[in-house]
Amino acid sequence: MTQTTVQLSPSPTAQDGAELLLPTRVKRRFSEIVAERAIEALIYVCGVSAILFVFGIFFFVFREGAPYVFGGEFKPGEFLFSTKWYPTSVSNARYGVLALIVGTFSVTALATFIAVPFGLGAAVFVSEFSGNKGRETLKILIELLAAIPSVVWGFIGISVMNPLIQDVFHAPVGLNVLNGALLLALMSVPIMVSIGEDALKAVPDSYREAALAMGATRWQMVYRVLIPAAKNGLLAAVLLGVGRAVGETMAVLMATGHAINIPHSVFDPVRTLTATIAAELGEASAGSPHYRVLFIIGILLFTITFIVNLTADLAIRGIRKR
Amino acid sequence: MRTLFSTRLLCAVTLAAACSAAGCNKGDNGGGAPPSSSGAAAPGATNTKKQAIQNIGSDTMVNLAQAWAEEYGQIAPAVSVEVSGGGSGVGMAALINGTAEIANSSRQIEPEEIEKAKKATGKEPKEFLVGYDGLAIYVHKDNPLTEITMEDLGEIYREGGKVESWSQIGVAKVPGAQNEKIIRVSRQNNSGTYHYFREVVVGKKADYKQGSLDMNGSKDVVELVAKTPGAIGYSGLGYATPAVKIVKVAKKKGDTSVTPTIVTVLDKTYPIARPLFMYTPGEPTENAKKYLDWILSDAGQKVVEKSGYVPLPKK
Repeated sequence: MTQTTVQLSPSPTAQDGAELLLPTRVKRRFSEIVAERAIEALIYVCGVSAILFVFGIFFFVFREGAPYVFGGEFKPGEFLFSTKWYPTSVSNARYGVLALIVGTFSVTALATFIAVPFGLGAAVFVSEFSGNKGRETLKILIELLAAIPSVVWGFIGISVMNPLIQDVFHAPVGLNVLNGALLLALMSVPIMVSIGEDALKAVPDSYREAALAMGATRWQMVYRVLIPAAKNGLLAAVLLGVGRAVGETMAVLMATGHAINIPHSVFDPVRTLTATIAAELGEASAGSPHYRVLFIIGILLFTITFIVNLTADLAIRGIRKR
Repeated sequence: MRTLFSTRLLCAVTLAAACSAAGCNKGDNGGGAPPSSSGAAAPGATNTKKQAIQNIGSDTMVNLAQAWAEEYGQIAPAVSVEVSGGGSGVGMAALINGTAEIANSSRQIEPEEIEKAKKATGKEPKEFLVGYDGLAIYVHKDNPLTEITMEDLGEIYREGGKVESWSQIGVAKVPGAQNEKIIRVSRQNNSGTYHYFREVVVGKKADYKQGSLDMNGSKDVVELVAKTPGAIGYSGLGYATPAVKIVKVAKKKGDTSVTPTIVTVLDKTYPIARPLFMYTPGEPTENAKKYLDWILSDAGQKVVEKSGYVPLPKK
């Protein structure tokens, strides 16, 4: 701060001309300097707060979950490899989350499988094939898709997709893996498009020019030159979309049927890790094993999304280095 | 010049915003809080015109509690009853934390919960029986099933129970269903209905068969059954719609099966019926006391009947 003001005061090198150009800068009132400093401090706090919040949440989740992990009562084998989730059982409470893990992964995997072709295809189209006007319209519409609240998606899942899936696929229940995955795909497509488009845009135009000069068609240029060149960025786009899908709660809670079940087909209902926390944490009395185990599920989710996001971040760094 | 000006402007804007925010708050407190404002401010603010009663808990009772609150609003406009659901467990938690003046529960309070409430608030929760609920068994309206025994229901829902398909309970084909598997619709484990059904139908020490579709609310169960031909579900009698069918229930094989109605719930011939409670932390406050008295009066009990639940027997 002081340095800036010092720099602004007339320096010996800038004599006549500078004085004429910057007469007001020289005279700074005390109140103005204070205001300037206050605002800088405020902005600094805003910047640092993100770090504080992340570590605060990290600390809180671990503080609630960790004592139980090391307390001796917790059975990691049962937790990870049993499908029996009976947290409120009177006679025999069991805390196996395998079915929930499988549920989360089956919905996420199918969602990714559906979303990747659409998301990356749309990214390629927006970045390489559409005209200026089309691009602007598409980008606005895609961003609008990202702005729909997840509870609205869940509602669509229950009221629109549920009967539709029963009619089209003759599934016995409309609330199932497919329903949840379709919603998650729709929710993660906007992320894939906007990040994927940025990645394609980051490829230098000289690559395009070289490809076209060699006589390649536009499609050949895209899949022989641009996609290999932008593959890290595209991978990051996919992974951030996946991260969104893993952490999504409300829509999957409503659309997957919320049934503890190892799915045998995409038409079976499942339950995810996030939905379990959302549905049960309100009831679990603070400090009980059920409550602790829900926080351990939170740690598990935290780890999964952390790994996914870290991989995406490393992939993005990969493109920056080029 | 420009940087200077914008700094000053920023200051001015920040100041103005702070002032207006403060002023706004003052204005609110003075001019009578709107009914939707949360009651958290209530203890200190004596000058609020409308007094709020926080009424939290059972999802089964949320429709009823809402109906009471609306009706009572016409009789006593100075009091606003703020109803929210979430499940009996949520109501009990609110009772223990002291965030609810009245907690709704579709199950009786557990001894541990009384202990916890005593420890947290220093007072013993007070219980009010406010009505009854018959838990109806719902199937899709095209399902030919008309009656079921408690044993069969147990076999369908219990962990290790043998009944998996409709043909095992005498339904050859459910029109519209893709296969003959029974699709079990249940409730999430924070629901009083879930616990009650487990106690009465599944077995006191038994657990539910996994893989049921666990719905968040009483209404969700009925809606899902209405849309799913192969489904069976349990939910409050008050949630019946034309798109679902209520199945008669028999206590044992060979017993006559009974349709849940006011009469059969009150004379206890219908086997899956339960009392509905309201709890206050210690003696109810003056407003809450008046409200509870009204609920137990004829006018209040008429609302119970209108909402599809079962009123207390007339004395």
